[in-house]
Amino acid sequence: MIEVDSRGRRCPLPIIDLAKAMPGVEVGEVVRVLADDPAAANDIPAWCRMKGQEYLGSPEADAYEVRKVR
Amino acid sequence: MHPVARQALLAALEDGWADPDRLYAAGRRAQQLREAATATVAQCIGVRPDEVTFLPSGTAAAHAAVLGGLAGRARAGKTFVHSAIEHSAVLHAAARHEQAREVGVDRLGRLDLTAWGEAVSAPGTALAALISASHEVGTVQPIEEAAAVCADNGVPLYVDAAQSLGHSPVPAGWSLLTASARKWGGPAGVGLLVVRKGVRWLSPYPGDDLHRPHAEGSVNLPEIVAAAASLRAVMAEAEAEAARLGPLIEKIREKVAETVPDVEIVGDPDVRLPHLVTFSCLYVDGEALLHALDRHGFAVSSGSSCTASTLRPSHVLEAMGVLSHGNVRVSLHRGSTEADVDRFLAVLPGLVEAIRKEAGM
Repeated sequence: MIEVDSRGRRCPLPIIDLAKAMPGVEVGEVVRVLADDPAAANDIPAWCRMKGQEYLGSPEADAYEVRKVR
Repeated sequence: MHPVARQALLAALEDGWADPDRLYAAGRRAQQLREAATATVAQCIGVRPDEVTFLPSGTAAAHAAVLGGLAGRARAGKTFVHSAIEHSAVLHAAARHEQAREVGVDRLGRLDLTAWGEAVSAPGTALAALISASHEVGTVQPIEEAAAVCADNGVPLYVDAAQSLGHSPVPAGWSLLTASARKWGGPAGVGLLVVRKGVRWLSPYPGDDLHRPHAEGSVNLPEIVAAAASLRAVMAEAEAEAARLGPLIEKIREKVAETVPDVEIVGDPDVRLPHLVTFSCLYVDGEALLHALDRHGFAVSSGSSCTASTLRPSHVLEAMGVLSHGNVRVSLHRGSTEADVDRFLAVLPGLVEAIRKEAGM
């Protein structure tokens, strides 16, 4: 699993970090984003919906998992 | 401020400075002005004058509606049911109350009527609140359907009409309604609370044994006169304004989606306020976009967390599950022209692109 550490970074930076990491991710692979900005909980699923990627949920506080599907 | 509000305010400063509760001649003149203003507002909304109360702001009116409405129903129950997209003034009043139950909305910001029915019909529901139209995304709420559910269950419905009064017709079926004069082009210091006859309302404030709402202390009568005069003027123009602004909003919705990549236009495309549009731009800092637009002379709002004093994203955008960063809300008013809209649409794509480029996107 690829980890993107965006802790301490304010929105929209965690989403930008996630988008920048995507080219290095294989289709089917999971990215875990660590983000403590409160907007990330809303904006990571919204990004997945807009970009056609799969949002897997938040396994623990301040962590969000996304599967690259395209 | 609407020009009629300005004229009425200046005239009322001359004639309406006295305390309308005094018996001397100036007081009686003030009283006549207050009665005329109350009658005007009552006629605009389609209620009786003794159902209308003026308060110092829309926020004060919302607090009075929630807390007074709950106090009046204390024997029936304790639960306050409200939509997830109420104005923060309503949510803060709800937080004062021990039992609140929130009802969600869908991706377009429309109330979940099934969940609303379950919440309103649950035992112990004292009061239900539904905003007439979302102040952030413009989606008009199914007030009449929600009111019918409340009526079936004997629960009074409070409608926050701050965003729609003066712009679109007043829906039917509510028990309490509030609005804010500044939102319809009146002065800032006037809120409106309407409590229908037969609805129990108890003052939540100390030192008051009147079972009828009234402002704490003396009222700002010249502003009330201006608020009433402008409401009448705005309602007379509302249909024509909606017909003029509706297509301009439609144009913004279409053009922004066409010319700005990675943008989400937010809110119901059809059942919406005629003068307001909201969209979110991916990878864009809302505050940076707001300042960039300001430099071009556009005053817009944002529901992004970076523009909020709380550093939290808008609870309305969260409840809808739509992108909260890069958020821009455009409200058109009677001075907005098609040329303004065209200029906005011409500069926006470049500003968004520049902010993205700076962030390396």
